[in-house]
Amino acid sequence: MGMKHLVMAGAVMLAASAVALAGPAGGTVSGKVTYEGTPAKMKPIDMSKEPSCAKMYTTPPLVETVVTGSGNTLQDVVVYISAGVPDDPAPSNAAVFTQKGCRYIPHVLAFQVNQELKITNEDQTSHNIHPLPKLNREWNKSQPPGTPPISEKYDKAEFIPVKCNVHPWMHGNFAVMKNSHYAITGDGGAFSLANLPPGKYTVTAWQESYGDQSQEVTISGSETKTINFVFKAKPY
Amino acid sequence: MGKFFAITILVIAILSAIPIVMHTWEAPTDISTHGHLIDEQMSETMAEAGISFLAAQFLLAFFVWQFSNRGTETKLKSFPGGAKALVIAALLVVGVEVLALGVFGVKAWADVYLTPPSADAMPIQVQAGQFAFYFRYPGPDGKFGPLHPERINEGSQEFFGLDKEHDVDSRDDIVTAEMAVPVNKEIHLLMHAKDVGHSFFVRELRVQQDFVPGLDVSLHFTATKVGRYEIVCTQLCGLGHYNMRAYLDVLSNDDFNEWMKKETAMQ
Repeated sequence: MGMKHLVMAGAVMLAASAVALAGPAGGTVSGKVTYEGTPAKMKPIDMSKEPSCAKMYTTPPLVETVVTGSGNTLQDVVVYISAGVPDDPAPSNAAVFTQKGCRYIPHVLAFQVNQELKITNEDQTSHNIHPLPKLNREWNKSQPPGTPPISEKYDKAEFIPVKCNVHPWMHGNFAVMKNSHYAITGDGGAFSLANLPPGKYTVTAWQESYGDQSQEVTISGSETKTINFVFKAKPY
Repeated sequence: MGKFFAITILVIAILSAIPIVMHTWEAPTDISTHGHLIDEQMSETMAEAGISFLAAQFLLAFFVWQFSNRGTETKLKSFPGGAKALVIAALLVVGVEVLALGVFGVKAWADVYLTPPSADAMPIQVQAGQFAFYFRYPGPDGKFGPLHPERINEGSQEFFGLDKEHDVDSRDDIVTAEMAVPVNKEIHLLMHAKDVGHSFFVRELRVQQDFVPGLDVSLHFTATKVGRYEIVCTQLCGLGHYNMRAYLDVLSNDDFNEWMKKETAMQ
């Protein structure tokens, strides 16, 4: 082990002990997002007009406007603190939005106001990324295969649908957040917003097809409060 | 120098006629019942234009050969009857030629545009939009539900703007990204554009028809050879125009029924 490694190991240990000493910085709001009723059937996407993408799938991928999991859970729901915390400065890391197999990965990408957004094209075909904001400035940019990532940022918080002007089935969402307290539900529909100082908050859950709903929650000390969101599914 | 120029004209004219006369570039296989009419029309046009072209070039070469070396003092002879007769003669020759092409072409045109499709033709609607084609089959009820442009949502694969909640006719409609047709069955194609002008071109079918936004254009054809053919947009429609295409699958009856079953299950 060289000197450099020793120093690095030391730094890692120091950092780890600092986190342990500080402990949980505040309370946590966690819970699950589910739906009731019958959601519309998610149709398979036929990409035959773009053979380089179509051949990447053995079975056609499904539309992702409503992604459900077992136990009626809902995936890709943005849960965030919409009131009660101050706005945060943008973090220095970039949020990455990838075009792969003529789809957007992730389907919903959340990042903060003025945070760098990096858009990459891993496909063998040209894409034309076209987000449709209402508050921010609108643009659309072509990205041929093998070209460097596109770097952008948004200066106002909003939910922005994203489409590709070349491949009509491509669809994703940007969630531009004011603060760093947000989560996107995964496979089990669960979310957790940590490090909340004591106080009263409005927690909002947003689903691209079903809209949003909010709940008030009061956190004292380092407690964990559980709140759940239930969306009403639409069959059509 | 004049004689050399005359020979050059002759050589260029003959060389450019050779590939046409020899059929060096074959037209793609014709897979439609009306295609031979279009092909005959193309051949007639080619023959007529080609003969006129060669005749004009030969005449030009002849005059260059004959008169290019005459002295500057020689007086120019005028066309018998003067300029007026020359213009009238030219108008007559060209007019008769163009009219003749029109008369020959009427049958092909009428077959495609003036004859209505037969009563048992299979209706298929095609929606053209930047930059893809989508197709709709009416389903078992044989009826298309109405279109609601405001409901078009490509992100959820709602390309036509159907309202399955309220329109009973729409519920069994089948929307696909490829167009399959049974072989030897007449197809009544209902064409609809959702944004700008597009075109539906299948060269093997000898069908090329523009979409006009706001107009319901329709045409009919019968495909006679099983196979997979490309449908391309041939009307410049925006930055993704080069990539606007779909496939036409001409299938046997059994294969078509299988395909329809598979597509129905995916709705």
